[in-house]
Amino acid sequence: MPPLLSMRGIVKSFPGVRALRGVDLDLDGGEVLALVGENGAGKSTLIKVLAGAQPPDAGSIHLHGQAVRFTRPLESRQAGIAVIYQEFNLVPSLTAIENIFLGQEPAHAGFVRRSKEQQRANELFTRLGVAVDPEAPCRELTVAQQQLVEIARALAFDARIVVMDEPSATLTPQEVERLFSIIRDLRTRGIGIIYVSHRLEEIFAIADRVLVLRDGEAVAWRPIGEVTREELIRLMVGRRLEEEFPKRQVPIGPPLLVVRGLRCGPKVRDVSFVIRRGEVVGLTGLVGAGRTETARLIFGADCKEAGIVELDGRTVDIRSPRDAIRAGIALLTEDRKAQGLVLAQSVRDNFALPNLERFSFLGFVRRRAERQALARHIEGLRIRLASPEQPVGHLSGGNQQKVVLAKWLERHCEVLLFDEPTRGIDVGAKVEIYRLINDLAAAGKAILLISSELPEVLGMSDRILVMHEGRLTGELTDVSRATQEDILRLAVG
Amino acid sequence: MRRFLSDYGMALVLLLLGIYYSVVTFALQDPSGASGGEQLAREVLARLGPSARVLLVTRDTREDIAFADAARKHLEAAGVQLVGDVRGRPYDARAELERLVAAGGKLDAIAANQVTGSWAVLRHVSTRFPQLGEVPVVTPPRYWWPNFLKADNLRNIADQIVIIAILAAGMTFVVITGGIDLSVGSLIALSAVTATLLIRDVAGAEAATTGGMIGACLAAVALCGLCGLFSGAMVTFFQVPAFIVTLAMMLVARGLASEVSNGASIYQVPASFLWLGGGADLFSVPNGVVLMIVLYIAADVVMTRMTLGRYIYAIGGNAEAARLSGVPVRRVLLLVYALSGGLAGVGGVVMASRLRSGAPTYGLMYELYAIAAVVVGGTSLSGGEGKIFGTLIGAFIIAVIKNGMNLTGVTPFRQEVVFGVVLLGAVLLDRLKGRLRLRAKPQASKSS
Repeated sequence: MPPLLSMRGIVKSFPGVRALRGVDLDLDGGEVLALVGENGAGKSTLIKVLAGAQPPDAGSIHLHGQAVRFTRPLESRQAGIAVIYQEFNLVPSLTAIENIFLGQEPAHAGFVRRSKEQQRANELFTRLGVAVDPEAPCRELTVAQQQLVEIARALAFDARIVVMDEPSATLTPQEVERLFSIIRDLRTRGIGIIYVSHRLEEIFAIADRVLVLRDGEAVAWRPIGEVTREELIRLMVGRRLEEEFPKRQVPIGPPLLVVRGLRCGPKVRDVSFVIRRGEVVGLTGLVGAGRTETARLIFGADCKEAGIVELDGRTVDIRSPRDAIRAGIALLTEDRKAQGLVLAQSVRDNFALPNLERFSFLGFVRRRAERQALARHIEGLRIRLASPEQPVGHLSGGNQQKVVLAKWLERHCEVLLFDEPTRGIDVGAKVEIYRLINDLAAAGKAILLISSELPEVLGMSDRILVMHEGRLTGELTDVSRATQEDILRLAVG
Repeated sequence: MRRFLSDYGMALVLLLLGIYYSVVTFALQDPSGASGGEQLAREVLARLGPSARVLLVTRDTREDIAFADAARKHLEAAGVQLVGDVRGRPYDARAELERLVAAGGKLDAIAANQVTGSWAVLRHVSTRFPQLGEVPVVTPPRYWWPNFLKADNLRNIADQIVIIAILAAGMTFVVITGGIDLSVGSLIALSAVTATLLIRDVAGAEAATTGGMIGACLAAVALCGLCGLFSGAMVTFFQVPAFIVTLAMMLVARGLASEVSNGASIYQVPASFLWLGGGADLFSVPNGVVLMIVLYIAADVVMTRMTLGRYIYAIGGNAEAARLSGVPVRRVLLLVYALSGGLAGVGGVVMASRLRSGAPTYGLMYELYAIAAVVVGGTSLSGGEGKIFGTLIGAFIIAVIKNGMNLTGVTPFRQEVVFGVVLLGAVLLDRLKGRLRLRAKPQASKSS
């Protein structure tokens, strides 16, 4: 019997780049195939070819042994392929039901049959075993719930193949667990699943087989039991990474950042902590626990109701990000694209933005100083780009993050608040960012590392703070002996 | 090539329009003005030598006076004896000829331009005044040249666009931040009325001094700047959409202008008030055009060389990212709206000066022409992108099309249709550019 899906010799070139150089992919019904690879390896392009968003230059796609050609996303969808992208394709103002049936409403003479929609939606949600208010506008749903709506939509289309692009990137550990049980359920129903992720532990937890892409080529296709974590990393990177978390111990100095009684509505309730010079403090918890909000309050991005921030023993009055930056605090936002960068503008413009006061004289920008400083960071951080004038949105995720880092490094801030600094970044770039965190700590900076990835928090922190529903619920001082379970226990309150 | 087109595409369009209208309006030209007079003098000297006795016949129009003055100057400098210098109508010429005959004077030639040279009295001078003998009528040689490219016409185009271009510079700032300013047309009226009112009631009406006039104009500009600042405050502190705020300001400013002027135009200003809008002190470039060029150079320096410009682009590109990078977003937005208002005030002063009066009806629909210039110039209405000189090119495209249609005799009604189509075309072009960029993009951002 032919496989459910078989892609053969897929080639796709963009001007100057061969994104895919003859990739083969097979997927059986009832199988979870993990698709892994560094950024730029060609995963997204392969998915887009399958989704009909980008027709391949060469190669063939067979469904149940029958050759198909997709030139538009709609054709792929009609053939039973549902792709759930990282950025969901939901209309925020429409309800869950309306989104599920968008484009295929059960209708009679143009009138939508709402009762039928409700009935089918309820069936779907029951089948998924989840509680989502089908009448709530999607913008009011959590990220996890929106993802469930996307999955429900795939089922409503009778999809036989479901592709998930980084589905766990913004989920909490429990939500990931629930996603996995849904995936297992889909698997028993004979649906083929392609699971794209950077998180290796998840791949070992859920996948049946793994396909590794590197530089547009499939370098390995193996049952998950026949490959180890280290081997997988080596296959992805093409070289051996010495360590995944190169934590370096540096002498810890006096307290630099002291936060007392930080408060803002139900999101942040009476948060107090200290970060010393040379210390990396991990801050973790479930999504929505108030970690990002805490960082934003310290940074002055939101108005705090109460709380004192001290730097080097002096109370600083921070009312705006501008005040915070002047005081020497930097915030790397979790959402790089929406908050960290002006995507359409050049790398140079983005890099200079917080540093313009230093690069200018009487309001005139000294472009030479700006270019020289940027050139230093491009070299130091090994930012890969065609030109500093390139729009930053054209860079890969890892390089975008390095540009954000460069702009704060140039500012010489003493306190760095890193909010999910490695989200959506490939393994190689992650290690570079970890090394940079080490260097900053060694230089006597105070670092707050907010992350949902527990191995990262455990691997990089000197001390770990855990939040639950706006409060600090625990502190792990002996990180070497702490486990993921310890953190989770504190995180659920 | 693609990049060149997206950066300079509009300049190319302007050039093509210029070439098109040059070809279409190619016509036989009669030399006129001072240079025409000079050519006439040269022609007379070439044909009759410096000992000739010449009668100069021109009309008393402004252009002809310049023509006659130049001709006279050059002829006398060469030693030619001017037996008469008629500036008027055909019967003036006949009277002069009769006087010459009566006085028994001699005449070697009549110097004229194309118009006066075709008057019957001159064409038939030998038959009507046989006493004078055979008198040739000398006119400057005609030549081929496009009407469009005549210096007067080009000056006219620049002059026409000055006010809209000044508004459009401020509008470009606002649009790049992602906003819009609909109030600028009304602010023109408010500024013109305020300036003339202050000159009439405070500075001493027709007896106003230069200082008094400058003070009145600065006050008008400041008032418009404050109106802009108010709009900016509404946009930044209360998050009211710019469209609504400036729509309200448009009604308020126009109403205020009518209120303080009682709906009538104010014209009790000194003649010297015309200097800004009507004078041409620098190489006969109109002063308004000089002001416009200075303003555009300043605006370009701000946008490309100064931190303020970087902040404006960053806010339009991603306001939240800009704020989190320490950009003083509110201050920049307040400044941008105040600048737009202030520039509208400058436009109003130029208009009042040009028309030597202020009326509440000035600047109707000008905000739309300014927005059109910005959009045609390639600035994206969604913010973050655009160039100041693009706007100037956009303004000139509009002016050139208008001028070209006037020269080729297109009716004003059809002109409006053409403008609508041009605006739509410019936006379509912008979208196509966006699509080209999207197509070029995936190469570098393949995987997530």
